[in-house]
Amino acid sequence: MIIMTVSTIPPALILILGAFLLPLTVGNVRRAVLLALPVMALAVLWQVPDGPVLTFDFLGQELVPLQGSTLGRLFGTVFLIMAFAGGLFAMAQKRSTELVAGYIYAGSAVGVTQAGDLLTILVFWEGMAVASGLVIWAAGTAAAYRAAMRYMMVHLLGGVVLMVGIAGYAVETGSLAFVAMQPESVATWLILIGFLVNAGAPPLSAWLPDAYPETSYSGMAFLSAFTTKTAVYVLLVGFAGTQVLIYMGLYMIFYGLIYALQENDMRRILAYSIINQVGFMVVGIGIGTPMALNGAAALAFAHIIYKALLLMSAGSVLHMTGRRKCTDLGGLFQSMPITATLGIIGALSISAFPLTSGFVSKSMVSQAAFDAQMGAVWLLLTAASAGTVLYAGIKFPWFVFFQKDSGLRPAEPPWNMRLAMMLLAGLSIGLGIFPEPLYRLLPFAVEFVPYTVPHVLNILQLLLFSGLAFFLLLPLMKRTLTISLDTDWLYRRLGNRLGVLLLTRGGALYAGLRQFALALLGRGMALVFRYSGPKGAFARTWYTGDAIMTVTVVLAVMLALFFF
Amino acid sequence: MSEERDKHWLVRQSTIRLLWRLGILVLIILTLGDLVVPRKAAFGIDGSFAFYSWFGLLSCVALVLFSKGLGAWLKRRDDYYDG
Repeated sequence: MIIMTVSTIPPALILILGAFLLPLTVGNVRRAVLLALPVMALAVLWQVPDGPVLTFDFLGQELVPLQGSTLGRLFGTVFLIMAFAGGLFAMAQKRSTELVAGYIYAGSAVGVTQAGDLLTILVFWEGMAVASGLVIWAAGTAAAYRAAMRYMMVHLLGGVVLMVGIAGYAVETGSLAFVAMQPESVATWLILIGFLVNAGAPPLSAWLPDAYPETSYSGMAFLSAFTTKTAVYVLLVGFAGTQVLIYMGLYMIFYGLIYALQENDMRRILAYSIINQVGFMVVGIGIGTPMALNGAAALAFAHIIYKALLLMSAGSVLHMTGRRKCTDLGGLFQSMPITATLGIIGALSISAFPLTSGFVSKSMVSQAAFDAQMGAVWLLLTAASAGTVLYAGIKFPWFVFFQKDSGLRPAEPPWNMRLAMMLLAGLSIGLGIFPEPLYRLLPFAVEFVPYTVPHVLNILQLLLFSGLAFFLLLPLMKRTLTISLDTDWLYRRLGNRLGVLLLTRGGALYAGLRQFALALLGRGMALVFRYSGPKGAFARTWYTGDAIMTVTVVLAVMLALFFF
Repeated sequence: MSEERDKHWLVRQSTIRLLWRLGILVLIILTLGDLVVPRKAAFGIDGSFAFYSWFGLLSCVALVLFSKGLGAWLKRRDDYYDG
């Protein structure tokens, strides 16, 4: 019998079930419920002891829907902080669809971090896919509807791959327990691929910059936190030290960086930036030393905070001006100084500037590559850190808040949106100055000292010279009204064209093929009739001698073939 | 001149000139910091003088040029998918 105490309540369910209270309430009651749910879930999360807490038998397998672990607590905590900030930011949304979907989404992400078996993970995984699709849908525009459909297509495909992998794994090992594994069988490869689809890894990475920017002004902050970071969590638990992840991560880093450099839409810049940052985490997981894994986990924590901050400042601009393109924006610092300052704090954090959360976490991944004597990896990570200053550290705030004077003079966003941004900015700087509380949550003992004179000096040199590069190359950075083709071209254009071709020319094509097949069949039948028909060679009566001769020749050939 | 004075102080020509000068001064001081602060190097190249300064600058130039080149091939009007 399960005794229900506080420590056996899954924190995920508080958010998922509680979300259904939101449409039933209005005004201050709804606001109170909205803010109380993540706080309650967080309080319960911290009561979950290490090891399996809830277990039951299902079809002969032991399921563990609630299991405490250091890593699960770290990710669960930051997910719930994010749910709170996202709820606060989105509080004034008139319809509750986005809030309900957002909380079910966040709750499902928490569920993944507290799951002890692969089946529970799959259930929450699919919950996330559906709920996040609804968050995109809730924007209510035709573009968002189509983007949500494309997004769901990719994620349901990823879910199927994961499910097949899990089924195969259960057959191979006889267990569903989610423990460290190696990609050495088809099943474990499929699990790895299923995880990587959600991390934004190639070749399906385009789902992220395609769908996220189509959300409402508040929706994208929710989306930036959960899908990719639950993928980081499951990779950390399941595939730490898998070498292929180093190369995968490096590709993601530079892919995100270069596409972000080419983008004109501020939210698409930040979407590509998510893939760039997750790349750093994936590299850390691939390196697999305690320092690297700590770095990946710490970076995930910090990244959720500063990326949501960046997206909230972009969301505030979108909410107040209705514009997303860098070519339409500029000079907004004059009338939105608070939003601009908070956005700059986010930009400094993502650049890993000293005194921000990015500095105390990202450096750990670089340091791990350095310690592991991976010279090329370390050089590429350092170059990418410099590049991050270009596209996110300066490009985003520069083109949105400074650049030219667009003539726009929007007011600051409402108080709840400012408060949510201040909360995250405070957290980012707080963790940058006092990283100890974060370090204590990490899976391994931290032997990393971020603030040494050489480290601070070197990072300042790297970052500020990258800044110099931005302003020297400013003529080359001029924004154009363009997008860059990505792998979504395959299903948005090529697939679409093939489909249209099939619809418009399909009838003629079918008729032609049918005629061809019938002609082929007729010829074949004629051939058969010629040799085996009543007058054919095979139907004739043969002389016995001829028959024996034929059989002898065939046997002789067989004998010869047998010997050679 | 009156147009200059109507602008926000941060975007006046004089302020921008001052910011450039201050910025370059900071960059020079940081780079010279390499003379006094020893650093652990493991791969040879990272032991060179002012490694982080020149490597940061060159990486960024290389990335921007590469992205420009790739952009020539991949960029389309932003209503590409709307048609």
